[in-house]
Amino acid sequence: MSDKNQGQDESHAIERPQLSRRDFLSEITVGALGVAGLGGATLTYQYFSPNVLFEPSTTFRAGNPDLYPVNSVTFLQDQQVYIVRMPAGFYAVSAVCTHLGCITQWKPEANIIACPCHGSKFQPNGKKIEGPAPRPLPHYAINLTADGELQVDKLQIIKTDQVLKV
Amino acid sequence: MATSFNAALQSLRTTRVWKSIFRRGPALTNRTRSLAVFGNLFLHWLPVKVREKSLRVRAAYYLGSLSLLLFIILVVTGVLLMFYYHPAAPKAYHDMKDLRFVVSNGVFLRNMHRVGAHLMVLLVFWHMFHVFYRGGYKPPHEFNWVVGIVLLLLTLFLSYTGYLLPWDQLAFWAVTVGTNIISAMPVIGNKVRFVALGGNIVGENALLRFYVLHVVILPLLAFLLIGVHFWRVQKDGGLTVGSKKDDRKS
Repeated sequence: MSDKNQGQDESHAIERPQLSRRDFLSEITVGALGVAGLGGATLTYQYFSPNVLFEPSTTFRAGNPDLYPVNSVTFLQDQQVYIVRMPAGFYAVSAVCTHLGCITQWKPEANIIACPCHGSKFQPNGKKIEGPAPRPLPHYAINLTADGELQVDKLQIIKTDQVLKV
Repeated sequence: MATSFNAALQSLRTTRVWKSIFRRGPALTNRTRSLAVFGNLFLHWLPVKVREKSLRVRAAYYLGSLSLLLFIILVVTGVLLMFYYHPAAPKAYHDMKDLRFVVSNGVFLRNMHRVGAHLMVLLVFWHMFHVFYRGGYKPPHEFNWVVGIVLLLLTLFLSYTGYLLPWDQLAFWAVTVGTNIISAMPVIGNKVRFVALGGNIVGENALLRFYVLHVVILPLLAFLLIGVHFWRVQKDGGLTVGSKKDDRKS
């Protein structure tokens, strides 16, 4: 008790414990609160990320291949996909502009896909002609079902040189 | 008439109920007048004395007060609109149409909320410009300037979340475009967009999320910060109206 006031002496200061009991407990408390806070933030993030989504299926059937003439671009409005048939075969191009997600339009008279929102232009194979879109329109996986219909999977993005030969 | 009214008021002031609410005596001296302000929750953040100059219209054109007035109008009309609105697709769109064409005076309330929201964005910006060009961001007002910037952002977020609620084409595409801007953030962009929308597309979850933000979370935050903002105006020495020297000149 009495040597409490003699703390000015440096040799005493070194011998003293680095951390007082009060400091130790408050650091433990702050640490625990920090861990609990991080845990709470994680739980909140998980709570806000839904596990089950009632969104439209990303796989759809596009009908018989004969529906699409050679050298044609067909816009499927419900799916927001272009089914393109070239002499080499079929491919499915996303109609969602890579700029900010507007739905592009096929302009047969100019032979381009154009976005009405900010004026991006694409070739029928999705290649970008002019911005502001940063990337070309992606190609979706397309294949034939056992009963001979076209099927597109919008979750699977494939290379632009892959085409479906029918 | 006036004397009998005064007499009634005087006798009311002697009642026990009145005295239990207003514990000071009649506001006859400067001291009791000050106590009237200090002792009232709704007035206590007002200054007991103000400089004559800061009461002039040109001091601030009442831009901050008008923004508060619009906020109150928006809260009142918004709560009234909530009585007829279901935040679910496609009911939300039909409710909006019903408010316009079926509900008595619904179109009046809806347009008041709509126009009020536009006006509030306009007035808040005007207020910011006015404060900026007056140098109102300078010490000792720096903190309140930052609070004001947060309030500007809250105003814009309120505007944006409210924009989705009619659930029409305009709303859908505005939010599609806006949330795609979020996903342009590096690394976490798509995750943030997913959580903001509660899914990959602007659907029911997004509508509900924006609704809760619009009617609960953002208004509460705005309410809190508006309180801090007004209180701080007084604590920082009132409106920025120039130095005391200018007072004497004019």
